[in-house]
Amino acid sequence: MELLAALTVGGLAGIGMWMLLDRNLIRVVIGIAILGNAINLGVLTAGRMAGDVAAFVTATSTPDHAANPLPQALVLTAIVIGFGLFVFSLAVLKRIREVHDITTTDVVSAVTEEPAPDLREGSEVGQRADPAAAPDKEGGR
Amino acid sequence: MNALVVAPVAVPLITLILCILLRPRHRLVATVSVAGAMALLLVGLQVLALAAGDVVLAGQLGGWQAPFGITVVIDRLGAAMVAITGVIGLGTVLYGLAREGDPAVARDFHLFIHGLLAGVCGAFITADVFNLYVWFEVLLIGSFALIALGGGKRRLAGTLTYLVLNLLATLLFLLAAGLVYGSTGTLNMGELALLFRAGEASSAATLAVVLMLLSFSIKAALFPVFGWLPASYHVAWTPVSALFAGLLTKVGVYALIRIVTLLWPEYGAVHEVLLWVACATMLVGVLGAAAQTEVRRILSFHIVSQVGYMILGLALAAPLAIAGAVFYLIHHIIVKANLFFIGGLAARLTGSERLAAMGGLYAKVPLLALLFAIPALSLAGIPPLSGFWAKFALVKASLADGFWWAAGVALLTGIFTLLSMSKIWNEAFLKAHPQGEAAIRPLRDARWAWVTVTALAAMTVAIGFGAGPVMDYAIAAAAQLAEPTAYFRALDGAGGQ
Repeated sequence: MELLAALTVGGLAGIGMWMLLDRNLIRVVIGIAILGNAINLGVLTAGRMAGDVAAFVTATSTPDHAANPLPQALVLTAIVIGFGLFVFSLAVLKRIREVHDITTTDVVSAVTEEPAPDLREGSEVGQRADPAAAPDKEGGR
Repeated sequence: MNALVVAPVAVPLITLILCILLRPRHRLVATVSVAGAMALLLVGLQVLALAAGDVVLAGQLGGWQAPFGITVVIDRLGAAMVAITGVIGLGTVLYGLAREGDPAVARDFHLFIHGLLAGVCGAFITADVFNLYVWFEVLLIGSFALIALGGGKRRLAGTLTYLVLNLLATLLFLLAAGLVYGSTGTLNMGELALLFRAGEASSAATLAVVLMLLSFSIKAALFPVFGWLPASYHVAWTPVSALFAGLLTKVGVYALIRIVTLLWPEYGAVHEVLLWVACATMLVGVLGAAAQTEVRRILSFHIVSQVGYMILGLALAAPLAIAGAVFYLIHHIIVKANLFFIGGLAARLTGSERLAAMGGLYAKVPLLALLFAIPALSLAGIPPLSGFWAKFALVKASLADGFWWAAGVALLTGIFTLLSMSKIWNEAFLKAHPQGEAAIRPLRDARWAWVTVTALAAMTVAIGFGAGPVMDYAIAAAAQLAEPTAYFRALDGAGGQ
């Protein structure tokens, strides 16, 4: 059982990593999700899969062949966190598609290499002279 | 359980909840945010005072016994980090007050910053590997929201790089935490330390910990995994990038110091690798900075090179070297955040952060020039400012251990740092503004920003002149790191104190 799970982890992590290296941001985001799930399964497997009874200890008895509850708790935490991060990645993906009109990662990240734009006359710091910035306030959220 | 031990996390979380509840009322959110940041600073000073009196706060969350429950420990290093988080948190919130132009952005800034501070403080006080992962995620989600704050083409592009690389780093950390549990059966740092110090750790456990160190290295922006930092820090809103520059990479450095000193107190294979990495980080960072022509880009590369110094101290493993690393950590957070703040003010005054389009500040705003000179010279390590003492301790420690080449790299990096700082000085302050003096615009409602940069510069000077007590504190902190009795005592069920 653990061997099968370990092989699945390896396969999923490979697929996730492969997609992460793609130039298309959509694939990158899906790659992160797959890699995250591979690692969740990996954490569960690392905690051993022996035991088939829920680890409920009562006043009178303890189960004989209890499953280890700790890795399950860890993975539950990680799944919740991973879901949040995945949703944020999707929001960034959507916004980049709208603002940049392209989802090719190297084209998008090349924008950060451009010289810093001048600060707009009379504006606060950080408000770039960026035509896309104006209608950008709440839309992405 | 002593309530103070969880206060560094509870205070920002309560502030965050209050800010969310008050969301429609912008001014009130700002007030609550400032009050919350002040409360965090007070808590930080309180734990710092306790730690300086050799009280190590410890507790078990929810009352579950170690190693089954989550242990929290605030020793000297943790207390200093919490206090400095309070300082930078308050400074950032005050600096961020200036933005009245776009209320929605300012309000969201105040929301997310407290979420981030909760994560940062949590990472500094926890003594549990998986809990550390959770706090990393808390600060990460806050930092994602902050770096994207305000939106725009450029900022989103920076967010993309930051997002993907940091997600990868945390995923590696999660995997490493799972593997550590799988190979040792514990996640408690104290129990792990006992296992590793007794030499009973399996090679699988060692590998899992090394994987963990790799993920911390990405977060701390060490060579060769620093590329995401200079590609993303310069696009964020000024107070945000100052907060990131000061605090965020240092959480990775803190985690490295904590884990390495706990598990391997003696010089060994890990330290040797770290030593090479530290030297490469120092050099590559400072050389990268030499090629840049924008204020925040230069400073971003300097973050990388400065992190190298701290790792140098960690890698040498001698008590003085660890003390030097702790001193460096304290000094660097203040100086680097301040340089970003001052760079932001200079950019607002001159209308650009490209060095070519700046100038004339020395003639027009001499106070800012003075305020820039203090952290800049301190960063380069000019006596008697704080950076000199930090570098002095590290160089002395590397010479004492016979690593003269590491000392040479550290000194060389200092010279290059001075070169970069004089580049900013010459271009932004000394030379005339290319569009004439009239192009320098007066600042509106920047009062609190001035207060922040002045206070931080004063702290730099104070640490420089009062280096004795600070160094004593750092040396005692290093001794505590070598003998982390609080971590072991928590296992005996002794709990508080």
